[in-house]
Parts: sequence; structure tokens; C-alpha cells
Amino acid sequence: MRELPKVQTPYVDRAQQHEAGIMGMHIFLASEIMLFGGIFMAIAVIRQAHSQEVVEYSKELHYYLGAINTMLLLTSSFLVAAAVHMSRHARRKAVLALLVSAAFLGLLFLGLKGFEYWSEFQEGRLPVAGGMEKINSAPGRLFLNLYLVSTSLHAVHLTIGVIALLVVAGRIYTRRSALPQRSVVVETTAAYWHLVDIIWIFLYPLLYLAR
Amino acid sequence: MSSVTNHDERPNPDNLDDPGLSETKTERVSYLRAGHTLRSWLFTTDHKRVALLYMMSITFFFFIGGIAAAFVRADLLTPSADLMTNEGYNRAFTLHGVIMVWFFLIPSIPNTFGNFLIPLMIGARDLAFPRLNLLSWYIFILGGIFTLFVLILGGVDTGWTFYTPLSSMYANGNVVLVATAVFIVGFSSILTGLNFIVTIHKLRAPGMTWGRLPLFIWSHYATSVILVLATPVLSVTLALIAAERLFGLGIFNPELGGDPLLFQHLFWFYSHPAVYIMVLPALGVVSELVAAAARKPVFGYKFVAGSSIAIAVIGFLVWGHHMFVSGQSIYASAVFSFLSLVVAVPSGIKIYNWTATLYKGDISLDPPFLFAMGFIGLFVVGGLTGLAVAMLAIDVHLHDTYFVVAHFHYIMVGGTVSAYFGALHFWWPKIVGRLYSVVWGRLSAMFIFIGFNFTFFPQFILGYEGMPRRYHVYPEQFQVLHDMSSIGASILGIAYLMPAVYLYYSLRYGQPAGNNPWNVTGLEWTIPSPPPKHNFDEIPTVDGPPYNYPVRKEAKHA
Repeated sequence: MRELPKVQTPYVDRAQQHEAGIMGMHIFLASEIMLFGGIFMAIAVIRQAHSQEVVEYSKELHYYLGAINTMLLLTSSFLVAAAVHMSRHARRKAVLALLVSAAFLGLLFLGLKGFEYWSEFQEGRLPVAGGMEKINSAPGRLFLNLYLVSTSLHAVHLTIGVIALLVVAGRIYTRRSALPQRSVVVETTAAYWHLVDIIWIFLYPLLYLAR
Repeated sequence: MSSVTNHDERPNPDNLDDPGLSETKTERVSYLRAGHTLRSWLFTTDHKRVALLYMMSITFFFFIGGIAAAFVRADLLTPSADLMTNEGYNRAFTLHGVIMVWFFLIPSIPNTFGNFLIPLMIGARDLAFPRLNLLSWYIFILGGIFTLFVLILGGVDTGWTFYTPLSSMYANGNVVLVATAVFIVGFSSILTGLNFIVTIHKLRAPGMTWGRLPLFIWSHYATSVILVLATPVLSVTLALIAAERLFGLGIFNPELGGDPLLFQHLFWFYSHPAVYIMVLPALGVVSELVAAAARKPVFGYKFVAGSSIAIAVIGFLVWGHHMFVSGQSIYASAVFSFLSLVVAVPSGIKIYNWTATLYKGDISLDPPFLFAMGFIGLFVVGGLTGLAVAMLAIDVHLHDTYFVVAHFHYIMVGGTVSAYFGALHFWWPKIVGRLYSVVWGRLSAMFIFIGFNFTFFPQFILGYEGMPRRYHVYPEQFQVLHDMSSIGASILGIAYLMPAVYLYYSLRYGQPAGNNPWNVTGLEWTIPSPPPKHNFDEIPTVDGPPYNYPVRKEAKHA
């Protein structure tokens, strides 16, 4: 076995370093919530101002694809939460399996989202050049613009999440992060993953289920 | 191991008794000499070195922003447009605003003195995330390069507020690039705030309870909360502006079903709290300077600490007072007006407590004290005129006039910049280990105060008489006041340059400062100046309240 990781400079013991890591991630997530908060605000304002058009265009979104994606993300969050539990008990192989499966579900989500964009493009309902023949009201287009901005910003976050999960899995696989001493890397990555999941839980009804 | 013999050429770095160059023993083992290469500075994770990197960068941007201001003031010497075109004038004041707000004022005190002092004051060896701290500087520099790039490309003409639909539809300048620059620099702010919060929570020395924290720490804690929670809203708003310009998003364009007022709400949701990002650290500095000058425990410590938190919280609820004439609901305006009066209360609490602290203190007229007094005077004027513009009826008259310009310069420049210089004069001996000329320090404190009032007091009158902001062609009746303001600005500009000379001189010829040149309390004064690389040989244990000066009992009259 490798020697235990040393405590880094400003810290006096490992518990302090662990707590600081968790707290740092939580504060970062608070700032992420405020970032998406601005977009949620914009969507809410448009929903108020152009209720009829928003509902009309929301009905055309593929809500069942969104529902499948919701299930994928919720399941992946469960796997990640289980990985945190296992990492505290140094169940290295279980952690690896759980992290990699969660990342796989994340990739499935992204694939499905890509398919959804593609089919919307085919139907003429995606507000990009060449894909909006069916969009014929300005507020409707604005709603779809916000749909595209918010879901793609979410997809960027999810991509970062997938990469983070795989990097952590790699560090555990190569034993550069020893368990359970460095379970903090699993915990912080999991916290980020949960946030990305929760943002989707809010985006889904806001965009797909406006009635 | 060579001996002392070769010190004719270079001092022997391993022999601390080798006099060599004019370095003291303390300096030889300090953070300043722990590595001499450029690499040892650019890849440092030492919070003290990162603080100095920030100090050099923001000083540079202060100059650039100052030059833009000089162009503005020079153009305003005459009522006609003789120095710049309308477009050029718009670009000059926009650049002045953007650079001074995001590249000087917001990072000014937190990223230099906060970075340097927070670990020293709470008894820690560094900030919680040293590498993140360095990263935040690199992000800042990246944002700065974008801004300079825009400067070379010809600037931007929207004003620092980027109001839609001007910025999103009509402006000709490089709006997207400037938005990108501010977007980038926002992440530097977020990382700094995050680092400070975790450091203050987790790295306090044993015995350093919340009730024993220096007030500088309390105000930086409050600042950090705003940095973390408000900055991302600005980021997303600027991203929406960029999307609006690049892809015709439509969210701020009424023709496409959007709402230009939504921009003002989102922008001021960040930018009003941002005012407190700029001034709260200054309030913390002044609390330290006042306690040090009086050499007495701070009067009402808990109230001064709590008022910082109160300002941070209430500061999030007042943004609508920028929109009294934008057509928002009169009921919303009334609520925002009321809350804007409420947010003045904690500032007032601080002023009263500082005054009470100074009462019967052992005051010596050191430069830090003079800067602190300058701050209090200017901050009171800025604060009281803030109450004036927070009143609905008065604001309708004063909105978008020079009265508002004067008001926020009293807070931002008279307040924050004075406090920045006060902090510089107070902690300079700690940072570099040398004493500077106190006489010159006093003189520059006075010149800054005089030059400032000369520049900005006439603007209150200008605004009251109806001179609008952002115009460089004006009726002749305003020329006398404008000229006073421009002359004052030259005095102010020279006064700002003075410290550069004698502080630089002190680096080479100043007397060694010793651990505690001002004879004050605080953990940062218990260690050598300049501090060693890891701050404390042993993490200190705190066993008493802050500002624990001996209190003299007054002799009773018979």
C-alpha cells in the first residue's frame, strides 16, 4: 500500500482539510444556483408576459424524452450517492463501478438530449439557422431561445460533471486518491453532480410542462 | 558551505549574519526572499505573494482608469466639444467606469489586503485553497488582457452599466468583448470570495472564536458572501447580452417579446450589492485604523461586526432604487426607497461607534489615522447624499445628474480609495518590513482629501442645478463649476502619485520596521515584518478579546 496522503499546507489535520474541501464545494454550488437563477428569472418573466405562446410552444417539446432524461439523471444521482457511502468504507471496486455507471448514464442523457435537438431541428422547431420554419411568433421563438440557452448551459455543466466523475474514478483506480482518506474527492464531485441533477429537475417542468 | 569571506560580491544566502546587501536578518528569511526567480512569483501559492501580484496589477489598472478620467475632465474644461468627439467622450467615460469598477475597486482591498492579512489575522498559514487563490489572479489577468484588447480596438460606448437596448441593439463598440472581460473577471471574484469564506470558517487559530475576530475579518466575510452570491447573476446577465448581440436572443428586445427592464433588474441585483463589495472592505479597514489610532477597545464591537453582515443582507434588497424613473411600479419604488433608508442604519452604527472609540483615545496624527478621518468625513457626505437620492420625490429631480455622480464618487473614491491608501500606509511596514516617511504620508493624506473635495463637491451643485451625466457639451453657466472640478482632479491625480515616490524610497532606504511599529494589537503584528513564508512558526493560541488595549481609568474629581 502507498503511504497515507500528507496534510496540505494551511491545514493542521486531515479532518480540517476534509471539511474545508466540502465547504468550498458547497459555496461554489451556491454561486452556481445564482447563475442559473438569472436564467430561471428570465424564463419566469417570459412565462408571465407571453403565457399563451409559451404554453403553445412548450406543448410541442418532446416531454417524454425529457421524462426519460429525468429518470436517467435521478438514477445516476442515486449511484453517485451510493459511491459516496462506499468510499467512506473504502469499498474501492464498488466506488469505481458506481462512478463509471453514473458517468455512463450522464453520457446517455447527453446522447438523448442531442437526439432531441436533432429531431427538433428536423421538425423546424429549433431556433438555429435552418431549423425554424415552424417557429412563427416572436415570443414563441424567444421561449425556444431560452429553452436552447438553458438546456445547453445545463448540458455543458453535465459534460463537466461526467469528466469529473471519470477523473475521480481514474484517480481511485490508479490509487492516487486513497480511500477512505481521500473520500472528499468523491463527496465534492457527488455534490456537484447532485446540483446539476437538481437544476434539471427545475428546468424540466419550467420548460416542458408549461400548461 | 562557504564562509563569510565572499560577501564582497554577493551575500551568502545560507549565512544569516552575512551583512551583504542592506538586508536585515528578518528580510532574509521573509516571504519576499523565499525564491528570487520570476517563476517563484508567477507560480507562487503564498497568499502574501499573490496579494502583491494583485497589488501591482490593480495599480496598473488604476492608472489606465485614471487616464480615462483625465480625458473626461480635460474635455469638460470648456462647454463645447473640443478634445473628443461625442463618440470618443462616451468611450472615455465607459472605459473609466468599467476599469475602475471591475479592475480596481472590486478587487482593491479584498484581493490585496484581504489576501495578505486574513490568514495573518486569524492565525493561519495560508488561505484554505492556495492554488485556487493563484488561479483567481490568472483569471483576473485574462479578463484584464481582454479589456486592454478592447481598449486597443477602440473601446465601447455603453457606459459601465451596459443598459439595453443600447448595448444589445444600437451600440457600435466592442460590447461582446467587454462583456466577456467582465464575465471572466467575475470568476476571479467568486473564487476569492469562496476562499475567504472557507478560510474564515475553517482555519481560525485555536481560541480565535467568532467574537474575537478582528473587524477587518467580519467585513471581508460579509463582502465574500456578496461576491459569491451576486457575481454569478452579473455573469449570466452579461452572457445574455452577448447572446442577444450575437444570435438575436430577444430577451431584452421588446420587438421580439423581451423586456429591456429585465436587464436593469438583473444588472442592479448584482451591481447594487457590488457597491457594498467595494465599500465593506473599506469599512473593515477603517475599523482597524480607528482602533489602532485610539489604542482603545472598539466601542460596540458586536454592533460594528453585525452591521457588516446587516449591510450585506439588506444590500441585496435595494436594487430597485436605481430604477425609480425607469417605469417600475410605484409600490415597488416605495418599498425600495424604504429599504434604501434602512440600509443606511448599519453604516450609521459604524460611524457612531468609531466616533465613540476615538473619544478620549491616545491619538497620534499618523498617516493611517488621517486617511481614516478623511474616509469618515467623505463617507458621511456620500452616505447622506445617498439618503437624498433614495427619496422618491428628490430622485426624480436628481436622477442621472452630476449629483448622483458626486454621491457615488464620495463613497467609491472618497471612501474606498481613501481607505485603500489608509490600509497601504498602515500595513506597508508589515508588507515590506520598512518604515516610510510619516511627514510625507500626512501630506499625501491631506492632499488627497483636499483634491477630492475640490473635484467632487462642485459636482453636487452642478447636479442640483440640472447638469446631466454623460454629456460633454453643456450650457456656459456650468463652466466655472466644471473647471473647479477639473482643477481639483489634477490636484487629486498628483496626490495619488505622491505615495508611489516615498513608499518606493522606503523600500530601499527606510528603517527596518520591527514586528509592531504602531504598537497595536492583532496577530499580524506579533510576527516579523516582513513575515516569514509560513507566517507562524507555531500556530498561535488566542486567549483574549480583540483590541485588548489597557483601559485607563479616569481620575475621579473630588
